[in-house]
Amino acid sequence: MWRTMRLPIQLAILFTAVLLSACNRSASDTATTAAAPTLRWGGDAEGGAPFVEADPGNSQIVRGFDVDIAAMIAAGLGRSPQFVQVSWPSIEQSVARGDFEVGMSGLEDRPELRARMAVSLPYFEFREVLAVRPSDTTRFRTLADLAKRRVATLGSTQAYTMLLEAQRVHGVIPVSYDDDVHPYKDLVAGRVDAVLLDHVLADRAMRRTPGFVVRAEPVAIGHYVAVFAPGQRALRDSADAVLRARLIDGTLERTFRTWGVWDDAQARYQQQLIARLATPPVDDTTAANTNANANANANAPANAGTDAAAPTARPSGAQYPSFAAYLPALLRAAAITLGISLAAMGLAMVVGGAVATGRVYGGPVLRLVLTTYVEVVRGTPVLLQLFVLYYGLSGVIRLPAMLAAMLGLGLNYAAYESEIYRSALMAIPRAQLEAARTLGLTEWQILRLVRGPQALRLALAPMTNDFVALLKDSSLVSVITVVELTKQTAIYATNSGSWVIPGFLCGAIYLCMSLPLSRLARRLEARWSI
Amino acid sequence: MTACALTLEQVTLSREGRAVLRGVDLAVPTGEVWALMGVSGAGKSTILRAAVALEAFDGGRIALGDVALVPGRVPPESQLHALRRRVGMVFQQHALFAHLPARDNITLAPIHTGALAPAAARDAAMRLLDALGVAHRADAYPAQLSGGEAQRVAIARALALDPPLLLMDEPTAALDPARRMALAGTLRQLAQGGRTLLITTHDLGFARAVADRVAVLSHGVVVECGPVRAVLDTPTHDATKELLRSATDPASS
Repeated sequence: MWRTMRLPIQLAILFTAVLLSACNRSASDTATTAAAPTLRWGGDAEGGAPFVEADPGNSQIVRGFDVDIAAMIAAGLGRSPQFVQVSWPSIEQSVARGDFEVGMSGLEDRPELRARMAVSLPYFEFREVLAVRPSDTTRFRTLADLAKRRVATLGSTQAYTMLLEAQRVHGVIPVSYDDDVHPYKDLVAGRVDAVLLDHVLADRAMRRTPGFVVRAEPVAIGHYVAVFAPGQRALRDSADAVLRARLIDGTLERTFRTWGVWDDAQARYQQQLIARLATPPVDDTTAANTNANANANANAPANAGTDAAAPTARPSGAQYPSFAAYLPALLRAAAITLGISLAAMGLAMVVGGAVATGRVYGGPVLRLVLTTYVEVVRGTPVLLQLFVLYYGLSGVIRLPAMLAAMLGLGLNYAAYESEIYRSALMAIPRAQLEAARTLGLTEWQILRLVRGPQALRLALAPMTNDFVALLKDSSLVSVITVVELTKQTAIYATNSGSWVIPGFLCGAIYLCMSLPLSRLARRLEARWSI
Repeated sequence: MTACALTLEQVTLSREGRAVLRGVDLAVPTGEVWALMGVSGAGKSTILRAAVALEAFDGGRIALGDVALVPGRVPPESQLHALRRRVGMVFQQHALFAHLPARDNITLAPIHTGALAPAAARDAAMRLLDALGVAHRADAYPAQLSGGEAQRVAIARALALDPPLLLMDEPTAALDPARRMALAGTLRQLAQGGRTLLITTHDLGFARAVADRVAVLSHGVVVECGPVRAVLDTPTHDATKELLRSATDPASS
């Protein structure tokens, strides 16, 4: 498991990652000629300790138990490890693309993953645990107790899949986050009623944000694995042999102790794993022939024993859902996208109109204040504004996510709208305004009856442009836990391991929303072109 | 002498440090049609703008009957109700409201200033359009009107509240000669109803056809004033002579 804070830092990390991988490539090129060949492995340092954590002074130096395990595997293969930074949700696809040979960063063992990729033996057992506020420890013991309650977790994880199932069965309300810090902060702040995440993350959060209780009894059990490209089964098998040896000689245990994630449950798991590994490995084809229904992913020697323990949202062996299964969720998310966009645009038009009017008619002080608002809002990223509004101000005012999304986007777009309206107001010939004045109309009547209606017609085309842009920018609100169309598509893509169909569907839905709007605008423009 | 519909006494006005009006004296008696003449930049339009309180003036006094304007800032619109009732203005480029059909251009102010009920305003608008010969264009938008039609609609709009004084800025600028004479006829008819007209123009033929008297403006001062024939047939001031010369020279018209 990964991730801590993500801000526009995401962009910075992406940029760094590109640089890093470029550096790594050149470094590995020289390394191959000079000394041992490298084993390139990818992970996300944004996840932090104890998984993968970047040295604060030098982001190229990483540490954590996943880093140590990668080093173990590399050493066992006679290679030197080379870290490649990649964002956590993209690890699987980057491995498949060949950006690196191994992906590790608290990756969860899941049947879908095994079906698509070569997967190592499950080297760590985690417990999905519920965290609740101290006053709720007796009320909320299981997911079933959390009907109609907001339960937070990370998007694109096993826990999120479990919450979706709990939503269906118990009426739990899943809330998806992009990092593992804010779920717990929001739990303490009362924005959500529980958090479901790996015990490793829960323990880490407990040290960072006290004020909640982690329930001891696990909701489910899961395992961390390393992933390899489907064509790299031989490498995977070699890596498994190394892991097995390090398991037996106690190196893995020492690593986990070093990083503070060793406990009795882990000890029991390792004993079971060692016992299972002692039995003869199950042959892939035999497993497929004899046990196809029970175990569709029998490709690792250790699988036979471990799969049963993995938490699964669907019965193992079930077919991966076709796009039809995802369509209702995508359409729901599209409704959220449309709803937020419409509400935000409405707000942007009202506030933008007021700001433009103030800048055209107001006194110097008002004009200065409004100009400052417009420049600050236009000059800073909307992502940052959403973060400040939702998280930054949570000590002062605790806005619900949807409201924060609507307000954040609306107030951001208001700045752009105000500039459109202002220039449209300025474009109405002065003689018309003077004529209206000589006829005895007041300034307010002139704005309402003469200037405003004509300005609105001028502003219509750029406004339509802005609404289409807003429709797409609304995807940014996923950073404050709103699962809208793009986020839902990303979840679908992560689950299905491909962006082709989800991307096509998502694009088609966006077009279905934006094209009629452009058409309507063209009609209105034609009608008002006189 | 009858009472004056418009009086200017020693009116001065400067823009960005440049003196535009340098002490204008003008007294337009009620019921007369006056042409205000002068070359471009003489200050003709500025006098009209100051008289309808679109522009502040620096010194002197302007009176429209018993409504007086004083130097300094333009008074707020709330203090100008009496003035607005007393004077209508037709702008050079007509300045019709582009988003409204002709009839709505005329009814907008009467309805929204509360002067007339909507139905009465529409009836009045149609009567005005009919009198001006453009009733058939009532539903046309300004962009669909010819120059002459637009001007008639603009006159109708200025007359909607039946002001006793009508100011017109260069009404012949966009009209061919035949139209100019037709317009002169129309304006004479308006004057016969007792209305006072002050019209800026540098069109001599039009001035002769429409005006009782003419005032010639040069460099912000009225330099010659009198009955239209007397001034235009026997000019005494150089500025008037210059005006007559440039009008007969086709290159400068």
